[in-house]
Amino acid sequence: MSAANAAHGASEPHTSTGVDNVKMAMWTFLGSECLFFGSLISTYLLYHDTTGAGPTSADVYDIPFTSISSFVLLMSSLTMVLALSSIQQGNPRAMRIWLMATAFLGLTFVGGQIFEFTTFVEEGLTLQTSPFSSAFFVLTGFHGAHVTIGVLMLLGVVAMSSFGRLGPDSARPVEMVGLYWHFVDVVWIVIFTVVYLIP
Amino acid sequence: MSSPEVHHEESNHPGPAQYVRIAVILFVITVIEVAIYYIEPLQGVLVPMLIVFSLLKFILVVLWFMHLRFDTRVFTWLFVTGIILTFSVFAVVLLTFFLQGGAAPAAPGLDGG
Amino acid sequence: MATAAAGTDRRYFARPTAKTGWWAWMTTVDHKKIGILYGFTSFVFFIIGGIQALIMRSQLATPDGEIVSAAMYNQLFTMHGLTMIFLVVMPMGTALINFLLPLMIGARDVAFPRMNAFSYWVFLLGGLFLYSSFILGGAADGGWFGYAPLNRELPGNGMTYYSLGLQILGIASLAGAVNFIVTILNMRAPGMTLMRMPVFVWMTLVVSFLLLFALPVIGVALWQLMFDRLFGTSFYDPGAGGDPLLWQHLFWLFGHPEVYIMILPAMGIVSEVLPAFARKPLFGYPAIVFAGAAIAFMGWGVWAHHMFAAGLGPVANSAFALSTMLIAVPTGVKIFNWIGTIWGGAVRLTTAFLFAAGFVSMFIIGGLSGVTHAIVPHDAQQTDTYYVVGHLHYVLFGGSIFGLFAGLYYWWPKIFGRLLNERIGKLHFWLMIIGFNLTFGPFHVLGLLGMQRRIYRYAPGLGFDLWNLVATIGAFTIALSIVVFLVNAVVTARRGEQASADPWDARTIEWMIPSPPPEHNFDVVPVIRHRDDWWHRKYITDPKGTPSPVIAGGADAREMPPEERDNATASEDEQAHGIHLPSPSYYPLVTAVGLPIAGYGVLYQPLLLAAGFLIVLVGAFGWVLEPPAEPAGAEAV
Repeated sequence: MSAANAAHGASEPHTSTGVDNVKMAMWTFLGSECLFFGSLISTYLLYHDTTGAGPTSADVYDIPFTSISSFVLLMSSLTMVLALSSIQQGNPRAMRIWLMATAFLGLTFVGGQIFEFTTFVEEGLTLQTSPFSSAFFVLTGFHGAHVTIGVLMLLGVVAMSSFGRLGPDSARPVEMVGLYWHFVDVVWIVIFTVVYLIP
Repeated sequence: MSSPEVHHEESNHPGPAQYVRIAVILFVITVIEVAIYYIEPLQGVLVPMLIVFSLLKFILVVLWFMHLRFDTRVFTWLFVTGIILTFSVFAVVLLTFFLQGGAAPAAPGLDGG
Repeated sequence: MATAAAGTDRRYFARPTAKTGWWAWMTTVDHKKIGILYGFTSFVFFIIGGIQALIMRSQLATPDGEIVSAAMYNQLFTMHGLTMIFLVVMPMGTALINFLLPLMIGARDVAFPRMNAFSYWVFLLGGLFLYSSFILGGAADGGWFGYAPLNRELPGNGMTYYSLGLQILGIASLAGAVNFIVTILNMRAPGMTLMRMPVFVWMTLVVSFLLLFALPVIGVALWQLMFDRLFGTSFYDPGAGGDPLLWQHLFWLFGHPEVYIMILPAMGIVSEVLPAFARKPLFGYPAIVFAGAAIAFMGWGVWAHHMFAAGLGPVANSAFALSTMLIAVPTGVKIFNWIGTIWGGAVRLTTAFLFAAGFVSMFIIGGLSGVTHAIVPHDAQQTDTYYVVGHLHYVLFGGSIFGLFAGLYYWWPKIFGRLLNERIGKLHFWLMIIGFNLTFGPFHVLGLLGMQRRIYRYAPGLGFDLWNLVATIGAFTIALSIVVFLVNAVVTARRGEQASADPWDARTIEWMIPSPPPEHNFDVVPVIRHRDDWWHRKYITDPKGTPSPVIAGGADAREMPPEERDNATASEDEQAHGIHLPSPSYYPLVTAVGLPIAGYGVLYQPLLLAAGFLIVLVGAFGWVLEPPAEPAGAEAV
């Protein structure tokens, strides 16, 4: 998604499939990420009842709280797609506002995760408590790390846009970050259901 | 510098209004999911309903927000292959565990301290 | 356009311009140079891994060996396996893929040249990181598949180096996989449909998908192991309720596709070499392509055949036994097609051909022993004995390594502009194949006699003595053959025969361009009309299949209308602007450097971890912000 990969002002290089290289690369990478989160979720599913002497999921999960942070992340997908829409209609200023909104919502989500983690620790569920806790924290932790990286990318794009460094096809980096962001959101949809809601 | 898909996008590209509509649907589904979690009489169908609803949200985000519905089939194949592979292999893995009777039990003396 | 706003940024972000010397190699993004870097580095690791093998064979040459301690022996077999798999076979395949892929599809480079360079540097630094463990407290010693719970319990840092090192290497391979998939799908020359691509390119595509989907699974397993070792989690701690079988599943979900990742490039090479030296097209091209894809697909369904002795139960065991037997079918299809390619051909027994034929025969043996493993009661005796060590070396050495050598001999002239000496080459081949069979043939016998794998010594009187001695002699014979190869390389570099563009009278389009190729590969990107397009440009075949040289320029003079005969036309873009090549860059190297530093940080000092991340961030920033490839100064056609 770098400006440096864009062609020298003229037409995009023709590709055999007609689809641009970076977009194809992003979807390829997302296919790989399915296996990554699948492995983590399966580990969780294996260990969700292996709680040892420590708290169980029923003991610690706060469904209302997590629902709200899930909602926050879901809405961030909306702001993301509105950012893309803005730049596609040639409005970089609106794009930057929507991107910042997305980053803000993402940070709120991560903040909620951190709050949730510290609460669990206070309630006796730490990383080391049991296989259940190990699986829970590593799965949600990795997801949170992905969100954080996404926020960094969002802010990076905002900065590059502010300095006019997005290149001639400025919608493309936004689209790429968007794909990544929506994917992270979609993974959370699965995690929220499988980890929190399903007993 | 229009890529070949720009024209394609301009014709079926969802606009902001449609995106907001989808977001509203996502919100409503989430509310329903949380609601049925708490509604006692529905506990029996909780799990299948949750699966259906989260699948719906998944599809809405991927097909519309990620534009997969309007893009080349190649992307769909790349993504769907990852998903199918994930489901298949991990279903088998978890099956072998649960056929054996779950994850190995904790060593004696661990539970209850 | 970024340059308009770049202004003073250019001073900090200006791209390097060196074309020769060290700096050119450190900042290159040219797939050909990167391929050579991969090749050289993996060969050095090959020698190191070989020395490890020789030490082990010396220890085992006689009963009650006393050359190394048990602790050192554990490190030796672990690192030998890790080295040969991750630092030799995979990167040597990548070396050939890097050099040849763009040439074979008529492209000027891969889709993401800087990411390509990044992959190489991460590989080199990851390998060095893994090896630094030898002098920093001891190398990994839990076996290359590091079973739980031993992997989490082993004291020292060795297994932590294992988990971190493999993760770093995994990043290199994942980036490469994405790169090659996009390159193959998106950057083919006009007319190069998927079914006109060389089989080597097809195998690269398939292997890249295997990597794409398998690497994340072992990534998770390695993260979990690292957390267990460093942060007290209990993923694999049976005392806390963790299940060691989870490790085995996750590992082999990667590990089995991994063995196909190692063999398919060699199969691709053989599919190029045999037709060239039989002067016949590949027999059953669609079947070979489809079989390759089938092997990759079915390879996802067999992983638990590595776990037959783990207690999964008869249902699981039977299911995986069945799927394992079935996967022999597409493999057999390929073997029959290779034989069919040679049959009736005007065979030239060049060294490359000998290695390719050696591949086919040795792989058949390895495949057969593999099929015996598929029979669960047989495997119950064979597993964890020298029988399986015999099997795996027949397929990975007799298969992959022989295939890679076939590729080296075949493409050496294209890469270096000189032909490897054929007489020395044949000496190399015969010493190697004899040494190889002397070494690993006896392993099957030893396994059936009950010799366990990974033991650092054995008692006398068990019946192991003779075959171990034979195997050790064989191992040193292999070593001698490698020396012969090195002599060949040096002699060739000094006074080897200069190669023309097409010294073998071969079939695919990389042979159209000079040896070695110019930086821009093709003067004009060719338009492809056939599979084996180069062959069709050189020859017309009569209805009986006999080729005769095309007299007039251009391909298929009979079939083409005159205005199409000069069928190589520059794209509009190139006519307007000249050929654009990606500019060199520092940032792939900079970004790569951050990873092992972060690794050391995890082991020793959190500040280093932060520093590593920071370097990665800086590298990524530079990568994104540096100006694009320069239009000015590029070679015009």
